Amino acid sequence: MIKRFLYSQKVAPYVFVLPFILVFLIFWVYPLGSSVTMSFQKITLGQEAEWVGLDNYTKLLGDKIFLKAVMNSAVYMLCTLLILIPLPMLLAVLINNKFMWGREFFKSSLFFPALTSVVVAGTIFRLMFGEMDGSLINSFLGLFGIEPVKFLKGQTTGFIALLTLATWRWLGVNMLYFLSGLKSIPDDYYEAASIDGASAWQKFRMITMPLLKPTTIYVLTISIYAGLAMFIESLMIWNGNNSPKNIGLTIVGYLYRQGIEKSNLGYAAAVGIVLLVLAMTINMIQLAFSGLFKKED
Amino acid sequence: MKKEATLKMNERSSISVKKHLPLKIGLFVLFAALCGVILVPFYAIALSSFKPGEELIRYGLNLKFDLSVMSFDNYAYLFTGDHSYFTWFFNSLLLTVVQVALTLIISATVAYGFAAYEFKGKNFLFICVLLIMMVPFEILLLPLYTLIFNLGMMNTYSAIVLPGIASAATIFFFRQYLSGIPKEIIAAGRVDGASEYGIYLRLILPIMKPSFAAMAILNGMNSWNNFLWPFMVLSDERKYTLPIGLKTLLTPYGNNYDLLIVGSFFSIIPIFVLFVAFQKYFIDGMTAGAVKG
Repeated sequence: MIKRFLYSQKVAPYVFVLPFILVFLIFWVYPLGSSVTMSFQKITLGQEAEWVGLDNYTKLLGDKIFLKAVMNSAVYMLCTLLILIPLPMLLAVLINNKFMWGREFFKSSLFFPALTSVVVAGTIFRLMFGEMDGSLINSFLGLFGIEPVKFLKGQTTGFIALLTLATWRWLGVNMLYFLSGLKSIPDDYYEAASIDGASAWQKFRMITMPLLKPTTIYVLTISIYAGLAMFIESLMIWNGNNSPKNIGLTIVGYLYRQGIEKSNLGYAAAVGIVLLVLAMTINMIQLAFSGLFKKED
Repeated sequence: MKKEATLKMNERSSISVKKHLPLKIGLFVLFAALCGVILVPFYAIALSSFKPGEELIRYGLNLKFDLSVMSFDNYAYLFTGDHSYFTWFFNSLLLTVVQVALTLIISATVAYGFAAYEFKGKNFLFICVLLIMMVPFEILLLPLYTLIFNLGMMNTYSAIVLPGIASAATIFFFRQYLSGIPKEIIAAGRVDGASEYGIYLRLILPIMKPSFAAMAILNGMNSWNNFLWPFMVLSDERKYTLPIGLKTLLTPYGNNYDLLIVGSFFSIIPIFVLFVAFQKYFIDGMTAGAVKG
């Protein structure tokens, strides 16, 4: 009887998707719910929670270190968007050119950095951006007579190190995304444009860019998400969560500091909710602007 | 087939033949220079793996090729020294294999449920899959940490594997793949008297095999390099994975660069070997999400 029930065509689909339902409930819905609850509480691990209403949120608004972290994450996200979308798109178009020698080799080489873990890559970059005049970047600058720079002690220079790391790791991957987008553009379009006497730039502007839109939206969406949630890069570059004057502190870094290092779970949960709302809002606006919802209707 | 399409497009292009050579050289030089820059950090760390840690602390990571300070000492220490590097290495390997195997099997099963059937709540559940891909995992760190703590699962590998076992991106990819498989196969299976599960196990899974490679690579890479969540869950040094172990070599009391650099370099090698062997799958796996907008 039970066997017949489980084997029926009506019940089988639920058996198939059951693992997802369980994981979704236990590891997403429940934690998300308890995160919202915790954000209205004062709570330490293993101790009784105390309701404090909106206290955590009002405190956050006046918390200069938190605002600094939000600023850092936002600037980092914006910079990665400005670098890691146009540049890979351009490279994809160039490498897709019929006169490209060694395309497969270059594709692989540019992809290599994505294979390293942030822990290893971050360590290499921290040492490369070291303040000694003998470390890689400074010795390179020395060739042009520039005095050694204490990269990781300044706001701008620290961000240069972070963004170099991000560019290094993701340039090749994003280029591959755009390449796979380019492959789906029919050749006839270019052919027709050539007959009409369009220049290379016109073809790029009028055919390539609009037809790469789905790919661009995808890359934009994951970049916004990754940029706002960045943490380990900063943790590795500064060899810990405490950068001088918090120049490298990010939203997740602050969440980690409050929640894990200071065991201030309620406050940290509020930080997490702010991050969630921020990420969702920016992505919704972005998706609305790019007309994704319109197309689906 | 894709390659053919590009070639065709190339043949038809309008740029005149005379202009080819400078363009060819220009493109080649541009990309060669770019790759040169991109590969510098690898060269730097490979070089430094032959230098004593002291040298690194005094002069920083650089490209000086100085045979007088270079030796195989670090490598000797890596392979024979008294440290836990290879414990971490095999922990990572074990965790990666288990995680990939479980994630693939479970995600494929779920994806089949979505692809092969019409059922009540299907659309809602699939929206949940998409939603997971949009919520930053980082905001779940603390409640998950509390949950794992309350369940008494701290310091276990189950706590690392279970939350990701039905991976949204993997389900999404498999569902796309399965939507290309003709429904007639399933119908034929039913006519032959196979059960719903028999159809999946004997007819569909074998067809899905090619799509497993790309997802195995993608999940394997993520698992091998995963840091933050395992770092929060694991406290026993003997259970550490490689990224955690390497991170602990950096302490406020002086960094163990002798092991760190050579260990970091050595940790890249397995993935490199896999990459060179299965390049196509790496690239398929990485770009899987972007294909259908």
